[in-house]
Order: sequence, then structure tokens, then C-alpha cells
Amino acid sequence: MLVIGELINGMYQNVEQAIKTKNRSIIHKLAKEQLEAGADMLDINAGPHGADPKETMRWLIETIREVTPAPLAIDSTKLDVVELGLKLAGEGSMINSTKADDEKLDIYVPLAKKYKAKLIGLTMDKKGVPRDKNVKCELAAKILAKCMEMDLPLEDVYIDPIVLPVNVAQAQCAELLDVLREFKLISDPPPQTVVGLSNVSQGTKQRSLINRTYLVMAVASGLSGAIVDPLDKELMDAMITAELLLNKNIYCDSYIDAYRKR
Amino acid sequence: MALELLKERWSSAINVLKVGAVKEEGGTRASAITVGGQTTLPFLLDEGGMPHRPVVAMEIFDVAPLEWPVSLLEPFGDAVKDPVKWAKKCINEFKADLICLTLKGTHPEAENISADKAVELVKNMLKEISTPLIIIGSGDKEKDNDVLARCSQATKGENCLFGLAAQDNFKTLVASCMADDHCIIADSPIDINIAKQVNILITDMGFKPEKIAMHPSTAALGYGMEYVYSIMERSRLAAFVGDKMLAMPFIIFVGQEAWKVKEAAANVADEPGWGDERMRGPLWEAATAVAMLHAGADILVMRHPEAVATVKRSIDSMMKGNND
Repeated sequence: MLVIGELINGMYQNVEQAIKTKNRSIIHKLAKEQLEAGADMLDINAGPHGADPKETMRWLIETIREVTPAPLAIDSTKLDVVELGLKLAGEGSMINSTKADDEKLDIYVPLAKKYKAKLIGLTMDKKGVPRDKNVKCELAAKILAKCMEMDLPLEDVYIDPIVLPVNVAQAQCAELLDVLREFKLISDPPPQTVVGLSNVSQGTKQRSLINRTYLVMAVASGLSGAIVDPLDKELMDAMITAELLLNKNIYCDSYIDAYRKR
Repeated sequence: MALELLKERWSSAINVLKVGAVKEEGGTRASAITVGGQTTLPFLLDEGGMPHRPVVAMEIFDVAPLEWPVSLLEPFGDAVKDPVKWAKKCINEFKADLICLTLKGTHPEAENISADKAVELVKNMLKEISTPLIIIGSGDKEKDNDVLARCSQATKGENCLFGLAAQDNFKTLVASCMADDHCIIADSPIDINIAKQVNILITDMGFKPEKIAMHPSTAALGYGMEYVYSIMERSRLAAFVGDKMLAMPFIIFVGQEAWKVKEAAANVADEPGWGDERMRGPLWEAATAVAMLHAGADILVMRHPEAVATVKRSIDSMMKGNND
């Protein structure tokens, strides 16, 4: 399971503040804590408010690189910010993300290849997020076909079926689990999948419980990566236990410690 | 069209374990022994690397093992009565890569040899031989915690391999080996879950994972060997995809298991249909050992010189990538 820590995001007040005041220690702490808690990769988002997102991305990555060489997921809708991020972060980074439109794929797939980066492909296009699971599968197949055509290794491609909040689109939660299972039929070996988990509990009163319950359900449906808050210990423990019960790791009495010792 | 075989590629490697220390490292060994580091299942050299070949340790006791069958005692002659002489014979005549000294005589129900005497023997052994040394207790927990701790202290700097640390008795030995910079054997009863747990318990104390050898238990040909084999294989497969708590090299005590079974030990007078035990016994031990090599054994602890020679020939041949 690829665990991507979501906490370095200018949308959060503490990070926004750190960016404004150039407080490096807040970013250092967030990077180290997430990795210690079991994150494999850190998502980096300059946030919605900054005047110069490129400069913010540069500062964030350079600040993180002072404490860790861990791979980074460059989270931006702006192409120049993504490219700068990939350049600074080095090989093994991730592009978060591209939509499934041809004109987007024609840019982002070669970009991922050029920087030896992983790529998150969203099953949505300029028409928006499809409700119909068949359309989601169709878009997933389109993304994968494009990657194959352009020689991007499929193990570097993560399909994101887009989690919607339970209090906005309740029926979509169960539907998405079906989609995860159906994605497996698209290719052999099956494509990798990722979700932005916390979205499911947006605006609810039980965020942590909803997040971890849904994560376990998604893992059981074949999910292979998730953007999460790794400092939510109960969430991480539930995920580690779900993977154990699916026979992905070998049991021992201290299996939770063992996971963190990887 | 030529058939192309699918090749596995793994993301992680087995730890590299070094036993023994030369002068520059604070020891007195002529050379150290290094095992592990594999990035492939055993001998699949087209799929990955085996940077260090498996090695054979010969097992000797602090007291003459007169209970051994005659066919096993014979090749050593009088040397079994003198551990140092016995060890030298194993190294010089039978080409053992290292020596495994089992302090069987320290067991309270055997000769109950004192810790002082054991320390004296171990020190003398290190003075007289130049290979690295494996030191094993008698199996009595309380006595081992005394004897092995004392031996560890007395051999500080030599980077010996001490055993056995088990789930219900590991703290004293781990603390000693950590203080005196030795390697340790993590023991488990043919149980992969416990094998992983013991490694976690040992490393939780601050012990370096790369100084651990795993003993997943040993069974002889015909006596559950395939069960051990399957545990070793599962453990390796987990290690290759990133389970660091199962990435330790294996030590397998072939000799003590193979010679326990009647098919190896019984003499031809008692079992006329089974053939000469002088040939049968070493064959039984060698067959068990070679199967264990294919399961992933890194250090084999063996007894009969002919079995040792056969197995070393097998290792030579398999490391060349052929099975002649």
C-alpha cells in the first residue's frame, strides 16, 4: 500500500502560516512526523491563496529536502508548478494529478516519463466527475491506453476514481468500491489505484471514524494507494490490520510495529 | 521462436551477515565469513544475485559425544575427546569454513561444566584456530544465560555468532551480544509468525538486524523437512518484497537432526535391508543439507566429513549456475 501523507498543503492554516512567515521548522516537523508514522511519500500543495505558487513550491521542496530525501507527490493543477516540482524533487516523484482529457494526457504522460515520475490519472474530464461507473472505467482504460502508447510503465500509473463526501453523494461511496473491483479487469496485471481518502468525511462530525472505515473497505476492494493523514494513528493501524487480514504481510504479535520498521 | 522464460525481479535483498573479526576490526581471526545479500531465491542466478556463497560450519562438542553412532565418530578418531584438536581436524583435514562449538557439557543434567571452564575452553579455542566461531548453549535456559554471557564477555571483539535466542529467553543473550558486539541466532519453532516476532523483540532492544541469523528450526529428510522448507521459502518471498523483519540469513543445524534419525544412524546388522551405514549416514546428512540449501540456508552446521565434502562440492557446482 502506497501511503501518501497529505499534511503539507497550503490549504491548512498551519502550513499557510508557515509559508507566509517562512517558518521552516513547521514544515520540517510535518515531513518527519508523517514519514515516521508510516507515510511512503509526501504530498506537497502550495495552497490556493499564495501570489506565487511556483515560488511557494520551490520553498516547500527545498525546505523538505533539508530533512528527508523521501519521494514527493507534486499536487497542483498548474503545469509550470508541477514541472518545477518534479525538477526539484528528483526521480521517483509523483504528479498529482491529470484529468483524462486527451489534451491533458498528451502533456502529463510525457512529463511523467521525462522525470521518471509516477502519475495519478483522475477518472474525470472537462465534463466533470462521471456518476456512472461504466464511464469511470472507460476513462481509466483511456488513461492506461495512453500511458501504454507513450511507454510510461503501468506500475507507475495510479488511477483515482475520485472519492466524494458521504454527506454530498452517499450512493457514490458504495459505487466507488465496485469501481475499484472493476478496474482490476481492465488490465493484467491490474492497474494501481489511489484515492484522496479524507474527502469522504468532508464536513461530517465523525471524520476519523468515517475515514478509517472507508479505507478498510477500499483496501479490501483492491485499493493500492491512498492520500491520507498518517498522523491519524487509528487510521494507520486499521489499514495495517486490513492488509494483514488480506495476507499481504506475514503475521506476528507485533505486526503493527513490524510495519513501521519496514 | 525461442521460448523466453519469465524472470522474477525483487525489490529488496537479504541482509549481509558477517561473522568473525580480523585484527584490524579488533579480533584475531585470519578472515571473516560473510553470508546473505541475496536478491533472488537460491541459485536462480539469472534472476538476481547471490553475492556470498553458503558456508559449512562443522559442529563439535565440549565433551566427547559418545552417544553418536560409530559411523559418525570414526572419522574423527581420538580427536573427539579434545575439542581443540577436533576443531583443528575439521578445519585442516575436512575444510570446514567455520566451527560451531556446542557447550553441551555445561547442561546441569549432563556434566554440569562450570561457566569458568566453558570460558577457558572458548578462549583456548579462539587462540588455537583461525576461523570464526559459532557458540551454542546447552539448552538449559538458566545455565545458558550465565555461560553464554560469560563467553560473550571473554570473546569481545571476535564477532562470534551466539545462540540461541528464543521468544521466551532472549534478553540476557541479546544484551550480552550487543555489549560485546557479537552476532546472534534468533530461534523459532517451525513457525514463521514467531520467527518474525523474535526478530522484532531482538531489534526492539536496539540490536542491529544485520547481526542476526535466523534459525527457523531444522528437520531431517523424511522427518518434516518440507515443512521447514516451506517456511523458509515464505519467509524469503516476504523479505524480497520488503519485510525487513524476515530479511535475515538462515542458519540450519543439519547434523544434529540428520543423525538423530534411525535411517542415518542404524547399523546394517540391525537393518540388513538398508545397506552400509558408513555410506547411508553421510548420504542422509548430505541430502538434508542440499535440500536446505535450495530452501535458502546460508550457514549449514554439519557433522560427518564425507557429507561436508559432498555438500561443498554441491555448493561449488550450484554457484557456477549448473547442476552437474
